[in-house]
Amino acid sequence: MFSAGLDQYLILSAVLFCIGLFGVLTQRNVIKIIMCLEIMLNAVNISLIAFSQYVTPVALTGQIFAIFVMVVAAAEVAVGIAIIFTVYRDRESVDIENFNILKW
Amino acid sequence: MLEIVFALLSVIAVASAIAVIVVRDIFRAALCLIILFMTVAGIYLLLHADFLAIVQILVYVGAISILIIVATMLTRDARQGQPLGNLKYAAVAVSALLLAAIVFGIINTVFVMPDNAPLQETIKPLGMALFGDSGYLLTVEIAAVMLLSAILGAIAVIREK
Repeated sequence: MFSAGLDQYLILSAVLFCIGLFGVLTQRNVIKIIMCLEIMLNAVNISLIAFSQYVTPVALTGQIFAIFVMVVAAAEVAVGIAIIFTVYRDRESVDIENFNILKW
Repeated sequence: MLEIVFALLSVIAVASAIAVIVVRDIFRAALCLIILFMTVAGIYLLLHADFLAIVQILVYVGAISILIIVATMLTRDARQGQPLGNLKYAAVAVSALLLAAIVFGIINTVFVMPDNAPLQETIKPLGMALFGDSGYLLTVEIAAVMLLSAILGAIAVIREK
């Protein structure tokens, strides 16, 4: 049942993930939405590394996964901020309600 | 002792994550995000992931937060992070339900844990796993190509016509 070692990290990860999800769902500013996405990715990394420590302590599979999650997060932030700048030049706003260029 | 450190780090992490959402000024929210990244690096150290903690400081505190701060400085917006009116309660409900479901799942799952002692330093085993034989070499190459294409895509998107 509740084992203090692994479960405390997993519950911390779940709490951080849900805070990030709440932020993504409610914020208006697109940059804040990207920040909350980063919170969610960090939460996932915490749980991956906790699994790596407790379930595969020698193979380190979870840590390798976490490295690739970081690579994808870096690429995602670069592309996301480029898109934000482009839309900002067009609309003079970073409000999510003005990001409706693709709307038909 | 380690429990006290973990409790301190997790309280700071959750508080700064909430501060990122609650704080109106977006620059201060970015600073709270940096505090969160550093506490996450501390949690990695608690989990004996020394290389990941260094990478966390380098990539997140060093690069990603600087990108976000530059983005906040180059854009300005009158309404700073106002929550969407009615949808706020729906978002609270969705997040709380997801949290309850995940915690229920964690508590009711029995994880198979081997008795092996965790590795004390992980840099060499990680390097062997990433670049050695029967490792993740192809994935590393694909990640490199993906990073390059992401940078080129960002430049192509942001360039003035």
